[in-house]
Amino acid sequence: MTGDTKLGFNIKTNKDQPLLVFNERGIYCPQADLYIDAWKPVNRCIITHGHSDHSKFGHKYYLTHHFNVPIIRHRLGNIAVKGIEWGEVFTVNGVQFSLHPAGHVIGSSQVRVEYKGEVWVFTGDYKLQDDGVCQPWEPVKCHALITECTFGLPAFNWRPQQEVMQDINSWWADNKTEEKTSVIFAYSLGKAQRILKHLNVDQGKIYTHGAIEKMTEVLRSIVDFPPTELITRDTKKQDLLGNIVIAPPSAHGSSWIRKMVPFETASASGWMAFRGARRRRAVDRGFVLSDHCDWQALLKAIKSSGAEKVICTHGYTDIFSKYLRSIGLDARTEKTQYEGELLEVEKVEV
Amino acid sequence: MKAFAALIKQLDTTNKTTVKVRALAEYFRSASDTDKVWTIALLSHRRPSRPVNTTLLRAYAAELAQIDLWLFEDSYHIVGDLAETIALVVPQTAEKEKERSLTDYLNDMIWLKKEEDSVKKEYLQREWSILPYYERFVFTKLLTGGFRIGVSQKLMTRSLSMATEIEEDILAYKLMGNWKPQSISFQELVLDERSGDQDSKPYPFYLAYALEDELPALGTVDDWYAEHKWDGIRAQLIKRNGAIFIWTRGEELVTDRYPEFDRISTNIPDGTVFDGELLPMIDGKIGTFNDLQKRIGRRTVSKALLEKVPVILRAYDLLECEGDDLRADAFMERRIKLEAVVQRVDNPLIDISPLVEFEEWEDLEKVRAKARDMKSEGLMLKRKDAPYRIGRKKGDWWKWKLDPMCIDAVLTYAMRGHGRRSNLFTDYTFALWRENESGERELVTFAKAYSGLTDKEFRAVDKFIKSNTIERFGPVRSVVPELVFEIGFEAIAPSSRHKSGIATRFPRILRWRQDKKIEEANTLDDLKAMIIE
Repeated sequence: MTGDTKLGFNIKTNKDQPLLVFNERGIYCPQADLYIDAWKPVNRCIITHGHSDHSKFGHKYYLTHHFNVPIIRHRLGNIAVKGIEWGEVFTVNGVQFSLHPAGHVIGSSQVRVEYKGEVWVFTGDYKLQDDGVCQPWEPVKCHALITECTFGLPAFNWRPQQEVMQDINSWWADNKTEEKTSVIFAYSLGKAQRILKHLNVDQGKIYTHGAIEKMTEVLRSIVDFPPTELITRDTKKQDLLGNIVIAPPSAHGSSWIRKMVPFETASASGWMAFRGARRRRAVDRGFVLSDHCDWQALLKAIKSSGAEKVICTHGYTDIFSKYLRSIGLDARTEKTQYEGELLEVEKVEV
Repeated sequence: MKAFAALIKQLDTTNKTTVKVRALAEYFRSASDTDKVWTIALLSHRRPSRPVNTTLLRAYAAELAQIDLWLFEDSYHIVGDLAETIALVVPQTAEKEKERSLTDYLNDMIWLKKEEDSVKKEYLQREWSILPYYERFVFTKLLTGGFRIGVSQKLMTRSLSMATEIEEDILAYKLMGNWKPQSISFQELVLDERSGDQDSKPYPFYLAYALEDELPALGTVDDWYAEHKWDGIRAQLIKRNGAIFIWTRGEELVTDRYPEFDRISTNIPDGTVFDGELLPMIDGKIGTFNDLQKRIGRRTVSKALLEKVPVILRAYDLLECEGDDLRADAFMERRIKLEAVVQRVDNPLIDISPLVEFEEWEDLEKVRAKARDMKSEGLMLKRKDAPYRIGRKKGDWWKWKLDPMCIDAVLTYAMRGHGRRSNLFTDYTFALWRENESGERELVTFAKAYSGLTDKEFRAVDKFIKSNTIERFGPVRSVVPELVFEIGFEAIAPSSRHKSGIATRFPRILRWRQDKKIEEANTLDDLKAMIIE
């Protein structure tokens, strides 16, 4: 851990520019001339994690946690990327940067930025619950916190992961009794491995869709996972019966899935807390499992950061920042192109 | 309550009809008799009246969740369902001491209605804190309204039939009418064979499908009757043992709302059941559906309204005559008896839907093309030798509606949908061009619509709305005018209640005109030109 910045410290607002600003390319640090999670191609970019809305193609130099290096290489090809440790400080034009675990997916970080005693933190995407797969979130003290609030409504309250995984395992067991294949939809980076890690392997074999198999293969060098088998053209329908298949949400309704009849489908996402989302998704079961903070976790994270100034990026930003103002924080929203868990629910096509 | 909540959860988590029917039948086999009666009541829209208004519900829930009311309201706009919002934001803080049945909870609600607000508050907050999430949701749903779990009365009847081995049609008949779940036993409602005391009971309506093929596919012209399809309220008018009963297709007993028929009660012979259409008849002409709308919701009808919008029954079938059930007879024969009875009534309050004469199928096409002049929605085709069937059945009755009128309009406002669409902006307001006093073109809203697009299109439009919002007004957003849609509707009429001066009937989206720019959308004058005097 770095940065023992004293709180209660008066924020020194730079007369010219805040430490981090939002421009049309991404979150920008003018003093260091460097971006975080830029959505348009830039020169130098710090990447919080490997989801496609945070790690875009086309930057000249990437800097990220070293666990995230194989992930974005897998997604973006041969890019110029440097991996660093959590807590490792690097200085650019007097600005000190460091990465701290965000607990969202493997290799996900919060970015701490310090200049002349003023500390800003960008959370990236994060959750407080320890999912047993990625490095758990750690609180970082700061003056200004830029936070996501994908699930920033009091209607979102996650149950403990253990209970949800029990539900998933018993759903699988029930389907097995009925001699059906269980198909669970989960985003290929993060949710898929989180589920995989906690499936009860005594119940049967775990099959994967190609997208999930490849990403999991990349992550096996970092975390141990139960064995999986890739579904190929040679996989027989009978082999799948009673077993479980992990597939990306985009496979829902595809001919690839239809060949597996008889099967039951499930979706694992924070959105499954809403009946409407469950039904729109047209899956047989919805499990409420998210890699983002719920309402209480967001509030806890903000409180433990000690920040007086909070900027809400993506999610229910208007409502959440209004609430923060009502409890006395200096909160506002900024428009970004991050999508939160949207891409786990449904691919939006225009 | 636990078993009922588990049932609702099962029904809600599957899209498969067979699974739903199986789950319901299983419940009907295992639940207590009073719980069964209440379940039948709830699934056929016979819930006890709301014991607590939603304003109070919101306030009590927000207080228990320790959040400000505005935050509760904003959450509600996003969740899209009040009971679900309450269940989500309120934490379970204690365990229930003993399991209480569905019947217990419904009796609570009847009792609660008469209590003081402080008692209501204490009761609700206690139940919310001890019920686990899903039971809390179902409990609150019982307080607020419909379940929307895709269980029609028909599906419920089928399940009950599986559990009791009583024929579905017989059950449908038994379950109709004005029974009270708190005072009827399962034995009386479902199991007993009854003869008398059923004076008010209507017959299940026979419903037509939309015509699928070309007319000649129906066979020979001689086998068919054709009538206009009247745009009113489908209703059965019953006279038995001296009393009149009027039922609408939604199985609602509405006798009190149409007192004009009391005047001719003595003209109608006992043991008569007409099937027909309630129509507004103003100065000898059929009014618009908009006129009828003024009567529909009114439980008490003022003399002035009775004079302003008088209603008649245009009869097109006779289901019972001199106490005999005619439904098995051929339509042709029922029609002869119908004509005789209408003649005997001899009052303009009940007239007969005339047969359309035709020799060739082509003749009908000409009649249909002019249906709007007759204030009809199109034509009905009925097989002469067909019995009066139950529910929606193919083959003997077909409706052949006019193509909707349509106009290209611009999307200007959007609101989140409800239920399964609660996370998407799917309720839209559309506008047309008009010239204002200073001669500039401006958009004026004229209709709302929330159906007609595919899920994929809704997602795309939703994304457009979210990134092209101009202003937010609570749940409503004004949107950059850019998208053009073809809006279809059944009829139009002048209206002083609408900003545009026009009311459209059943507006819906026909298609997304991605090929059109907003400048190419229609004008309000184009719409006005469609009104038929």
